[in-house]
Amino acid sequence: MTSELLRIDNVTKAYPGVVANDDVSFAIATGEIHALLGENGAGKSTLVKMIYGLVKPDSGTMRLHGQPYAPARPSAARNAGVAMVFQHFSLFEALNVAENVALGMEEPPPMRALAQKIRAVSEEYGLPLDPARMVGDLSAGERQRVEIIRCLLQDPKLLIMDEPTSVLTPQEVDILFQTLRQLSAKGTAILYISHKLEEIRALCDEATILRRGKVVGTCTPRDVSARDMAEMMVGAVLTPPARSASKDWGDAHAALEVTGLNAASPIPFGTSLKDISFTVQRGEVLGIAGVAGNGQDELLLALSGELLSAPGMVKCFGAPIGDKAPNARRAMGFVAAPEDRLGHAAAPDMSLVENALLSGAVRKGLTRKGFIDWAATKGWAEEVVAQYDVRTPGTWVAARALSGGNLQKFLMGRELSQAPEVVIINQPTWGVDAAAAAFIRQEILNRAQEGAAVVVISQDLDDLLEVSDRFAALNEGRLTPTRPTEGLTVDEIGLMMGGAHGLEVAHHG
Amino acid sequence: MLEKRPSPSRFWTWATPVLAVVLTMIAGGMLFAVLGKNPGEAIRTIFWDPLFGEFAFYLRGQLLVKAGPLILIAVGLSLGFRAGIWNIGAEGQYIMGAIFGAGVGLAVYPTESRMIFPVMILAGAFGGWLWAMIPAILKTRFNTNEILVSLMLVYVAQTILSKAATGFLRNPQGMGFPGSRNFSTYPAARNVELVSGSGMHWGVVAAFIAVIAAYVLLQRHILGFQIKLAGQAPRAARFAGVQPTRLVVMCMGISGALAGLAGMFEVTGPAGQISIDFASGYGFTAIIVAFLGRLNPLGILLAGLVMALTYVGGEMASTNLGLPSAAIQAFQGMLLFFLLAVDLLSNYRIRFAKGRAA
Repeated sequence: MTSELLRIDNVTKAYPGVVANDDVSFAIATGEIHALLGENGAGKSTLVKMIYGLVKPDSGTMRLHGQPYAPARPSAARNAGVAMVFQHFSLFEALNVAENVALGMEEPPPMRALAQKIRAVSEEYGLPLDPARMVGDLSAGERQRVEIIRCLLQDPKLLIMDEPTSVLTPQEVDILFQTLRQLSAKGTAILYISHKLEEIRALCDEATILRRGKVVGTCTPRDVSARDMAEMMVGAVLTPPARSASKDWGDAHAALEVTGLNAASPIPFGTSLKDISFTVQRGEVLGIAGVAGNGQDELLLALSGELLSAPGMVKCFGAPIGDKAPNARRAMGFVAAPEDRLGHAAAPDMSLVENALLSGAVRKGLTRKGFIDWAATKGWAEEVVAQYDVRTPGTWVAARALSGGNLQKFLMGRELSQAPEVVIINQPTWGVDAAAAAFIRQEILNRAQEGAAVVVISQDLDDLLEVSDRFAALNEGRLTPTRPTEGLTVDEIGLMMGGAHGLEVAHHG
Repeated sequence: MLEKRPSPSRFWTWATPVLAVVLTMIAGGMLFAVLGKNPGEAIRTIFWDPLFGEFAFYLRGQLLVKAGPLILIAVGLSLGFRAGIWNIGAEGQYIMGAIFGAGVGLAVYPTESRMIFPVMILAGAFGGWLWAMIPAILKTRFNTNEILVSLMLVYVAQTILSKAATGFLRNPQGMGFPGSRNFSTYPAARNVELVSGSGMHWGVVAAFIAVIAAYVLLQRHILGFQIKLAGQAPRAARFAGVQPTRLVVMCMGISGALAGLAGMFEVTGPAGQISIDFASGYGFTAIIVAFLGRLNPLGILLAGLVMALTYVGGEMASTNLGLPSAAIQAFQGMLLFFLLAVDLLSNYRIRFAKGRAA
């Protein structure tokens, strides 16, 4: 049982300007659930890409079953018994489950045999899945099952899972963990990548912690506290964001009031908003949780003004603005930060200066009679870069040249430094490291303290629990009633996020 | 192996058009050689003689006459192309501009007033604008494809043109021959050559003004920024508050009006009259000019001059060397083909992959 499956010795991989993996060594035993822990940019992804044959190491060796192992491409890795479930699914929404699985195979068996196999595997591992269903109709958790079953059909010896729980409700996470434990008991080793410490403590046998490309420690997660692991991961002592007491601003109307908001999704396979109501006062942060694809994007569009509704459905200090376009809302004090950074929040091929102009023109007064004040725009972009610690050679570089975390910092800075009255943010700390996440959360709280009404939509419960005063969850385009964040338990949150909906159906049935 | 550059290369952005011209010369030379002509002589006739040859004094003037409308139309088209709005029907808008402009002038013939020519200019721009509004409104209202609609309207415009030449605008004193009165005999409505022998007429002036205005718009004005944004990242454009409908109407309108102006200046100047063969393909060639000039106003200025050179030189080559005119058109098409092909270099770099390790 404890025979060594995979051993990695002194592996180094450098990219221009950055050493992604520096002399990394560790080993995984057969049937072990091994966590690979580290912040974004610590080198986790590069490491697993080498194991999966997507990237070749510059130096160092890998051994599988004691044999030298150097997969030239993923198919070689798969033949050797290594499978991987990616964070982002590669599924076709317009095809059914079995067809999607067949597409990933080199020599797919006949459809009926494949469907039977899928059924067998899904029953064996407690992953209910109907091979005939369209992937477009599946929830994120079910889509992940398709990816997992796709891997299990190859009967892998090592299963790599990259941040598998980011799209799941707490209840779905439990189901996933049961499956993984069952796999482990049957002798399949699992390399589990995450930065969610409690999950790792609950699931993993061993952990290797990476920081800036180097192994900085190993531990047995059950025996150490989450805080100790976090500090090993970050290399510093962490302080939670400070918040001040709430105060009464004496407004006649709420800063943001949404009443019975209905809107059809403009996104194919999107989720329409159904009868959403909430209010946010000045100085208050409303956190909205939910599993991806339950209407978060649509809610942001409806609040930013990209998706129009009946005037009275959205009000700002009592004034109906549901039919107002984005720039009219910006003039009233709105700022919005969409989740999708490249292509929605930012134009990939434009420079940071141009991207600063993109949403800042109205509130920062960057145009005069329609003519752009490039000097002022550049100055402001440089301020954002300096203040939010955006690592970039300059403000002239194209947005797509920045790493995800750095672009996120720039975009958060762009919105939060516009002296906003109403802030709407989807996924504020997506892809940034713990220190930057703490800084962004603190800035959100600072804006609230200065009198902004803030709506934070996030799939990261840490975001929401640290910043929000009140809490609600989106579920298939509906919003639960809001509740004070203080005193909420994770179970209650889980029920709000999806469990409750399931129970409702059970009652009707 | 191709590798995406982190930022587009500035060097290649400007080097690719030059490379495309050189490649066209090589491939075109081969084409001419296969046709049994001396490739060196043909290329020299097209690119060198119009500028420095025996008849250059006349041909240089022709250069501006040809380049003027090309640049004027291409500048307008480039705005829409940048925003991802594909007005392919500039030829039709050019024709309608000519008919409207000429129509106004001919309606008041033979009145002499200084107001006539400016009103004709407005009428020409209006005609082109109107013709471009048809695809624009169909697109914004019914989501039709502006490429197809604008292209189809070219053929409608050509039919109207032949009706005009043989019917409602025909010269009453033309003894039944098709074609309108000639504007060279109507001073108040005539687009004069401003400097004798230079080819410089009001249309060329308008083209230069359009180049400068478009340059300022794209570099300094928020509308220019929105145009670029809409083309590069449509969702980011909506986030930035750009209204797609307004942008479509605006870009189609500007390109239509400029094409209409080009047609109006052409009919009252170099062409002289509405005739059945008035449409000479400027509206289509301008598409090549717009891309050859990188959709950049200054680039279009240069590209328009180069393209005019192939026109003038091409004509020379077909009269002097007996090259078929289809060969010249193929030659111009090659220019666009090579440009689009080498364009890859500004966003990608070529890496010669080492032998794959086992």
